[in-house]
Amino acid sequence: MGIDVVVEGLTKAFGRQTIWQDVTLTLPAGEISVMLGPSGTGKTVFLKAIVGLLRPDRGRVLVDGVDMANSREKDIYEARKLFGLLFQDGALFGSMSLFDNIAFPLREHTRKKESEIRRIVMERMEVVGLAGAERKLPGEISGGMRKRAGLARALVLDPQIILCDEPDSGLDPVRTSYLSQLLIDINTQLDATMLIVTHNIDIATTVPDNMGMLFCRELVAFGPREVLLTSEEPVVEQFLNGRRAGPIGMSEEKDRATIAEEASHGLVVGPPTRRTLAPQLKPTPGLPARRAVQRRRARVRELLDELPPAARAAVEADLRDTAEAYTANGADTLVRTRPLHTYEGGGPA
Amino acid sequence: MSAPSEPAAGKAVGARPPLRVLNPLRETGRLFALGWTVVRLTFRRPFQVREFVEQFWFIASVTILPAMLVTIPFGAVIALQVGSLIQQFGAQSFTGGASVLVLVQQASPLIVSLLISGVAGSAICADLGARTIREELEAMEVMGVSPVQRLVVPRVLAVMSVGLLLNGLVSVVGTLGGYFFAVIVQHGTPGAYLASFSALAQLSDLLIGELKAVLFGFIAGVVAAHRGLNPKGGPKGVGDAVNQSVVFTFLILFFVNMVLTALYLQLVPAKGL
Ligand SMILES: Nc1ncnc2c1ncn2[C@@H]1O[C@H](COP(=O)(O)OP(=O)(O)OP(=O)(O)O)[C@@H](O)[C@H]1O
Ligand SMILES: [Mg+2]
Repeated sequence: MGIDVVVEGLTKAFGRQTIWQDVTLTLPAGEISVMLGPSGTGKTVFLKAIVGLLRPDRGRVLVDGVDMANSREKDIYEARKLFGLLFQDGALFGSMSLFDNIAFPLREHTRKKESEIRRIVMERMEVVGLAGAERKLPGEISGGMRKRAGLARALVLDPQIILCDEPDSGLDPVRTSYLSQLLIDINTQLDATMLIVTHNIDIATTVPDNMGMLFCRELVAFGPREVLLTSEEPVVEQFLNGRRAGPIGMSEEKDRATIAEEASHGLVVGPPTRRTLAPQLKPTPGLPARRAVQRRRARVRELLDELPPAARAAVEADLRDTAEAYTANGADTLVRTRPLHTYEGGGPA
Repeated sequence: MSAPSEPAAGKAVGARPPLRVLNPLRETGRLFALGWTVVRLTFRRPFQVREFVEQFWFIASVTILPAMLVTIPFGAVIALQVGSLIQQFGAQSFTGGASVLVLVQQASPLIVSLLISGVAGSAICADLGARTIREELEAMEVMGVSPVQRLVVPRVLAVMSVGLLLNGLVSVVGTLGGYFFAVIVQHGTPGAYLASFSALAQLSDLLIGELKAVLFGFIAGVVAAHRGLNPKGGPKGVGDAVNQSVVFTFLILFFVNMVLTALYLQLVPAKGL
């Protein structure tokens, strides 16, 4: 099962530029969370701080009892074996073929035989739709392919915590839909805690259990998906609807002059657009139910009283739906899942 | 894509910003820390044999030919200069010994350091720098693999071994070249050349040369790796880092060479006639 990632009072500055401060949140074990935020708000920096690649100035990140921000190098290295991180640019090893890239973690951390490694790597390449490209060097493939190879490499050790930096960037809309499904299926099979940074509204609305948003050096919101999707907070609302009217401008925060000028063009913030809450994706038929769903229901039920009315209504509707679905399905399908290589509808053929 | 303008500087966070004046000190500290880490991780299993062999082969292949090409004219110049100088004292018979002494003790570490910092160091620095800006090293760290152990240690050991090899090579080629110029070009007597050679040269001359070469290899490897691991900014930063690495290594190696030579001359008595 996945592991909680507890972030407490995290603050990071580069020189005099504060990237974000006092970020406090918990990625609940085994659930999928999405982090939104305009370009340049430090989402990538946040992911890197979680795995301990960047030392924050204050605060801590607790993973399985290890503080990824302040512990000894040795403990951090040990704890990193729990992680799979997909870098924004893929970060493949330029001198190795795709096959060797994806095989790298297996060769470093397991004593598997070469034939076994070959089988696993080929399977994963199939899943991300890269079968046949295993001899290519990273310099010889497209950006989207690099991204998918990076994902395959991040997942090859079946990590318990998966961090994805814009998994969709560079992918076409069809691949992006497959990717959404793939992320859900991976979560179902590994029950891993996942944090996805994305600008893609489709992924943001259909994949996660929880959502958060970084804006203006702050974590403006983090909570169950219903909270952000029904939020009337101007920043969140503007971002999810991708409008120009609102507090977010081209350079992160609009100044008053810009707002005035835009208003003279008739660009003013109207009443919040009502969004219909898109249902969350289900695992591919044939896979068992996601274990996170049960846990999340219990968790969200506890929170119910603190939620704003709209979110609360959405959660209650969801609780009713899933309750029905579960009694229909029989809740004891929640047994040990098959290993990852039994993906069915995973990758594009 | 990043926002066209940086978000305004926020409130200062916690501690005051580090003093800029202390930057060189801080860098030196980091350099030493890296050196120590390299030493420590050299003994951590598993040793990256393949990477070591590949790097050794690569560095050797790019340094051997230039080393010989530099040595032969160098040996010639020394032989000619020393020869003509010594002739004025009427001590031609010592040409061989003198030129070999200069060559083995001084020229050879010099040539080795030149090649190691210029050729091996720049290659290592550029390679690591490119990997750093492509986030390859961070990816490695996230996968729980230490880039220092995996990439830097084999490279430093490879430079040290190549240094050792080069120093031997330069000594031999230089001696042969000196012989050629002293005996064949300047019509010295082979017997006198050899006699003065064994009269003046001693084994410890060669040993100190080898010791220097190994030490130079270590320093050049660590400095190149340090610059390569911390390039400032993008591809331009890597270029600058390579540049700095070569210049720094050069300065450091010349300084170390001077210190070691002074120590050696003090500690090991020169062979009497
Ligand atoms: N190593 C660094 N040194 C100095 N500043 C940095 C560094 N890395 C990031 N920054 C700054 O931190 C801010 C946030 O960068 P980050 O890459 O996290 O943005 P992001 O939210 O991931 O944006 P995007 O959605 O475009 O990927 C930027 O203003 C950037 O200039
Ligand atoms: Mg980013």
